[in-house]
Amino acid sequence: MILPWLILIPFIGGLLCWQGERFGPTLPRWIALITMSLLTGLGLYLWSTGTYTYAPAPGVDPTWAVEFKAQWIQRFGISVHLALDGLSLLMILLTGLLGILSVLCSWKEIQRNVGFFHLNLMWILGGVVGVFLAIDLFMFFFFWEMMLVPMYFLIALWGHSSADGKKTRIYAATKFFIFTQASGLIMLVAILGLVLVHFNQTGVITFSYADLLKTKLSHSTEYILMLGFFIAFAVKLPIVPLHSWLPDAHAQAPTAGSVDLAGILLKTAAYGLLRFALPLFPNASAEFAPIAMILGLIGIFYGAFLAFAQTDIKRLIAFSSVSHMGFVLIGIYSGSQQALQGVVVQMLAHGLSAAALFILSGQLYERLHTRDMREMGGLWNKIAYLPAISLFFAAASLGLPGTGNFVGEFLILIGSFVSAPWITAIATSGLVFGSVYSLIMIHRAYFGPAKTEEILKGMDGRELIMVLGLAVLLVLLGIYPQPVLDTSSATMHGVQQWLGTAFTQLASAR
Amino acid sequence: MDLTIQHFIALAPLLITSITIVVVMLGIAWRRNHSQSFLLTVAGLNLALLSIYPALKVAPLVVTPLLQIDTFALLYIGIILVSTLACVTLAHAYLGEGKAGYPGNREELYLLILLSAAGGMVLVAAQHLASLFIGLELLSVPVYGLVAYAFFNKRSLEGGIKYMVLSAAGSAFLLFGMALLYAESGSLGFGEIGKAIAATGLPSPIASLGLGMMLVGLGFKLSLVPFHLWTPDVYEGAPAPVAAFLATASKVAVFGVLVRLFQISPAATSGVLSDVMSVIAVASILIGNLLALTQNNLKRLLGYSSIAHFGYIMIAMVASKGMAVEAINVYLVTYVLTSLGAFGVITLMSSPYSGRDADAMFEYRGLFWRRPYLTAVLTVMMLSLAGIPLTTGFIGKFYIIATGVEAHLWWLTGSLVVGSAIGVFYYLRVMVTLYLQDSKIQRHDAPFNWAQRAGGVMLLGITLLAFFLGVYPQPLLTLVQHAGL
Repeated sequence: MILPWLILIPFIGGLLCWQGERFGPTLPRWIALITMSLLTGLGLYLWSTGTYTYAPAPGVDPTWAVEFKAQWIQRFGISVHLALDGLSLLMILLTGLLGILSVLCSWKEIQRNVGFFHLNLMWILGGVVGVFLAIDLFMFFFFWEMMLVPMYFLIALWGHSSADGKKTRIYAATKFFIFTQASGLIMLVAILGLVLVHFNQTGVITFSYADLLKTKLSHSTEYILMLGFFIAFAVKLPIVPLHSWLPDAHAQAPTAGSVDLAGILLKTAAYGLLRFALPLFPNASAEFAPIAMILGLIGIFYGAFLAFAQTDIKRLIAFSSVSHMGFVLIGIYSGSQQALQGVVVQMLAHGLSAAALFILSGQLYERLHTRDMREMGGLWNKIAYLPAISLFFAAASLGLPGTGNFVGEFLILIGSFVSAPWITAIATSGLVFGSVYSLIMIHRAYFGPAKTEEILKGMDGRELIMVLGLAVLLVLLGIYPQPVLDTSSATMHGVQQWLGTAFTQLASAR
Repeated sequence: MDLTIQHFIALAPLLITSITIVVVMLGIAWRRNHSQSFLLTVAGLNLALLSIYPALKVAPLVVTPLLQIDTFALLYIGIILVSTLACVTLAHAYLGEGKAGYPGNREELYLLILLSAAGGMVLVAAQHLASLFIGLELLSVPVYGLVAYAFFNKRSLEGGIKYMVLSAAGSAFLLFGMALLYAESGSLGFGEIGKAIAATGLPSPIASLGLGMMLVGLGFKLSLVPFHLWTPDVYEGAPAPVAAFLATASKVAVFGVLVRLFQISPAATSGVLSDVMSVIAVASILIGNLLALTQNNLKRLLGYSSIAHFGYIMIAMVASKGMAVEAINVYLVTYVLTSLGAFGVITLMSSPYSGRDADAMFEYRGLFWRRPYLTAVLTVMMLSLAGIPLTTGFIGKFYIIATGVEAHLWWLTGSLVVGSAIGVFYYLRVMVTLYLQDSKIQRHDAPFNWAQRAGGVMLLGITLLAFFLGVYPQPLLTLVQHAGL
């Protein structure tokens, strides 16, 4: 029964926050904080007690660390089917942690309609937890679409319009919604296609992951259905031709929205690829892998170049996410255990470092009321602690050894080198551009001639705890990633087997 | 044929509604009183709704060659009665009490709505071209009066006349089509026509032409592209509760008979007609959604969106096999719930009547900070129209996509995906307007105690139902599965 509670806690907490506003604006914040701590606490409890050597693997019925099943819509064989393995556990822990941070970082920023804000925040996180737990495809889609609505509200109602007034927050929110909703519908069509193929073979209509894994697909059907899933995940990840909603959404979102977007929502796409797209369609994925890796490569460079050209600090970080997700995509489609493990570490590390950078730029914005780096400069000795901490996270973002990002990128590159040496070699040079945009961000914001001689308010305890906590976690992940790797290894081994077998078949067919 | 007590039980919903019409009419003749007419109407409609239960026991039953009362007909009769009931409660709030509110005679509106509902009930039970025509005219003619009911308002009058002229043109097409079909098959019963067409394999050119013309006639009522031109003007001009009636009961009844006609004579949809319907579906989806993009009037926007929604349903119509009928029924139920909710909010915002309806988008700006629960209702309805999970609209859309994929209608399914992506844009625009900062201009709001009145209670009930069926749709699906043809 613990799994439904993981989803229900944020939803109930959100409603409480909404109604709690009647008793003053601080109560919703505390309720939200307690809700998220509860979620994280439950996640940690599951981590300490569960055995994560169970995970879905080809050929056998999937086994899970924890599982929950209840009837939902009998007509279509849809059930409330939740299951947890190492990968979903890590993602839920990240969700809980970033949930706490997004509550904390909006403590001062959000002053309007506090209760409704936290309702939306909690419901996003509840939807994300649902995505990470659902293994009924209907339910997965249900949560996948559902979390868009509160995110839309978060950007549209509490976001910032761009300084020149050209891009409003409503424009950004609507763009985000339409991109993800339309691509989601394509995935729904693919899901239904898969279900109907399975129905024609067995006469059983079901949306269950375990059953659909056994579907036998003809070559072209498999490829088309795989593309349906891939497009939905490609928009969310994002992969380059479909990425244009991301910078707008990030730039216009409030800090908490950016933290959730970069930290968690992007990870749902990578999770979806690992959990659904690869195991359900291994052969088509293997065939598609070179294209996906090239798309990842384009993402790395395109993201890095555009990040360098930005003047808005949040857009810069947004484009750096595009670049980092390129590495994740290459790792996912390389089909090696090492690279897949690297993907997990990279997802966690990017979640932490991007969240920290967004929180820091939010704090800058609270002090300067601008995100334009042309208006900054020379801030190094004007704000206590903030510039130095920013430097640390910028270094983490460029993959400095000792941080989690380094472990992730290193594992991805070393794992992929075996199967795709050329792509890996080119991708490695992308790291150089990573350093360029990270350092230029620090340079433009904190060094150079000062625009003002005024000393700005230093960081207070809340702000320090948030970013220092993240820094500690990032260093821990960089120095001792073994617990994380152990937790996810069974899941990644399963994925690797699916893809590995498909690669061998593909090689022998050629 | 002899009519036994069984036949009367089967016809009970229709008979009770007809008796109510007479009673309400005599009541008005005896004493003009708004509340009295309202209560009589509501009582009659509720009795009719209850009488569906005994009617289910005797269904399916053929009552004269004209009507067939089966579970399908009873489901549609139920939908019509429920939506009529909802529109009547909304109308009561809209017309107002005492001095405030509608200045003319209020009572006849109930009479007209009841008449129209009776026509709709005949229509969904029709299995004969004669009863189809009788039902359709009985459904439409009172609506002319209803649309023009606020006749001091230029737009209302204009809408009424427009609807009358185009509806008459639609009826002419329908009659011509019927005549051609009769000439070809020598019969007016749906079943016999189906057999006659099936005997020749593909429908002959004359039969195709006849069916095509009937499709034009019914397409006018359903406002499918390219017969949609009246829709936005009539929706805008009609008083809000009447627009709700037009969008729900009236359209559902017409679609019901269309489904029955094409399901009883499946050969009719083969050949060129199927292609025509596909084109109509794609055109309705794309044009309806595209034209809705630029609207600043909520009633016009809903008018265009209803064009698109009937385009979605046409996909299941083209599929016509497998779970198509089930999908149509589910979609219509979800659509009726959603439309009633959306028009219900507009009605309550415009209540009591004061010259014009509150249908401009700016009047809804910042509504959340003034009437939070009313805003929640409209938000749920907009999400449901857009087909987002947690609302019943998602279940409907899910069914339509499933039907499209099942029948391999890739172009139609693709246009649905494109259409809903466009649709999201304007539904979100409405939704976010509700939450923006309040504008400080003079405006018209729902009365503070709206939630304690009949219309408000009904509206909250519909919202809860729309939410509940979105989360747990099994009861609806079970109901609909029993109501196949």
